[in-house]
Amino acid sequence: MNPYEIRKLFPILNQEVNGQPLVYLDSAATSQKPAVVIEAIEQYYRGYNSNVHRGVHTLGTKATDAYEGAREKVRKFINASSIEEIIFTRGTTTSLNTVARSYGLANVQEGDEIVISYMEHHSNIIPWQQVAKQTGAVLKYIPLQEDGTISLDDVRATVTNATKIVSVMHVSNVLGTINPVKEIAAIAHEHGAIMVVDGAQSTPHLKVDVQDLDCDFFALSGHKMAAPTGIGALYGKKELLENMEPIEFGGEMIDFVGLYESTWKELPWKFEGGTPIIAGAIGLGAAIDFLEEIGLDNIERHEHHLAAYAMEKMSTIEGLTIYGPKDSAKRAGVITFNLEDVHPHDVATVLDADGIAVRAGHHCAQPLMKWLDVSATARASFYLYNTEEDIDKLVSSLIKTKEYFSNVF
Amino acid sequence: MSFNNLDTLYRQVIMDHYKKPRNKGILEDGSLTVDMNNPTCGDRIRLMMKVEEDKVVDVKFEGEGCSISMSSASMMTEAIKGKDIKTAMKLSHIFSEMIQGKEYDEEDLDLGDIEALQGVSKFPARIKCATLAWKAMEKGLQE
Repeated sequence: MNPYEIRKLFPILNQEVNGQPLVYLDSAATSQKPAVVIEAIEQYYRGYNSNVHRGVHTLGTKATDAYEGAREKVRKFINASSIEEIIFTRGTTTSLNTVARSYGLANVQEGDEIVISYMEHHSNIIPWQQVAKQTGAVLKYIPLQEDGTISLDDVRATVTNATKIVSVMHVSNVLGTINPVKEIAAIAHEHGAIMVVDGAQSTPHLKVDVQDLDCDFFALSGHKMAAPTGIGALYGKKELLENMEPIEFGGEMIDFVGLYESTWKELPWKFEGGTPIIAGAIGLGAAIDFLEEIGLDNIERHEHHLAAYAMEKMSTIEGLTIYGPKDSAKRAGVITFNLEDVHPHDVATVLDADGIAVRAGHHCAQPLMKWLDVSATARASFYLYNTEEDIDKLVSSLIKTKEYFSNVF
Repeated sequence: MSFNNLDTLYRQVIMDHYKKPRNKGILEDGSLTVDMNNPTCGDRIRLMMKVEEDKVVDVKFEGEGCSISMSSASMMTEAIKGKDIKTAMKLSHIFSEMIQGKEYDEEDLDLGDIEALQGVSKFPARIKCATLAWKAMEKGLQE
């Protein structure tokens, strides 16, 4: 795989920012979209925009086929056993909230436990805080190792027979850590708990097989994997989804509506109230085709290579701290760092003047920031279109940043 | 944009306030305390003001944040210390206009160091950093 060729497939990357060629290192926030995805959405709106599962007319059939075709692509992409297990949502946050509100509130009682980890994104913390508050359950945190990894011994020490739900992110959006979710799921199951995986940062970058992981729920976002914003999916095991109640009522999800009682459609549509995100789903389908053509294995290898390359180059900068695992085999293409004596916002502003886009702040992971004992960090994140040259530019700009701030005093 | 343009943002006087913040610390008894966060980036400030007979007789702040947010806090405390509430609010209004790149009327007030923050208006992503301390002050004095 040649990232220099792949770059050309992403129209947005061919531009200057502040007079410099754009170096986009913020894909963990949202990825860029290839022309094929933008065109798929355009074709839908120009050629066959129509509501799904309703009209008898030709456009309606075309739209329904494309929408349901995208569902099959998602199913295959994460290797779910049937399309009944794939629910389209707005993204990972909505997927996790659906599990918390539909499964969580119905299955968690006072005195039960919900287990998450210190590195979770706010979207995998707050829904569980809410369930714990409303049910009287206890929210417990798996601690982290010094290098920002999770040890299975700590998981075993935290999960008990009172645990009903374990919810952990697959890949950390801050530390880049790849978590052993398969092993954590096995521990959860030994105690009769279900396993929820926040896959927002893993699905874009590595091959996911929900049956191999044996997780009960898996949440993903389209916009992090070359698809548009506003579309994502929730995978759930069929036997669990069948026993869950929808959280949104009306539109697409109904079977029969009476004056005082109504019934729901079968899976997966019972969870898709309202007119669904048709264009988004079609865009997600196109993104999956695009990623699969390149090969998730190739993307993963490329990102490991970039992460290793960046770690090596960046660690030569004096006063630069990199957070998370030192071993690049344990991390995805995310490097979170701080430059001594320069606040990350200032780092991001100076890099931006050089055309380099990075994220600065708490990355929606305030408990993790507390664990790291920092108020904010800068983060460079890579995707299939990033190159060694991008990292070289980042490194030389960071050196300039350091010099700039030592001179202005 | 080159690094030279950054000089309109990172003026010497801003870095001076960042490195040597004025009025940093804790005000003991009898002070009005306001905590404020910038939820998008994690900056936070605790502003403590002692108000007597409509006048801000003393002010101190604590917090964590970037050069822009912390220098702005330092400058703000310098500007309002000893001023009456009306003047402090007027300064805040002038500051708000200035930071958004609008025309502003200094009237008879001396903005002093604050004017160094004018360059922030060219960096929209950083405006919220500069306004955090001022918002805390307005909130405190409105109560």
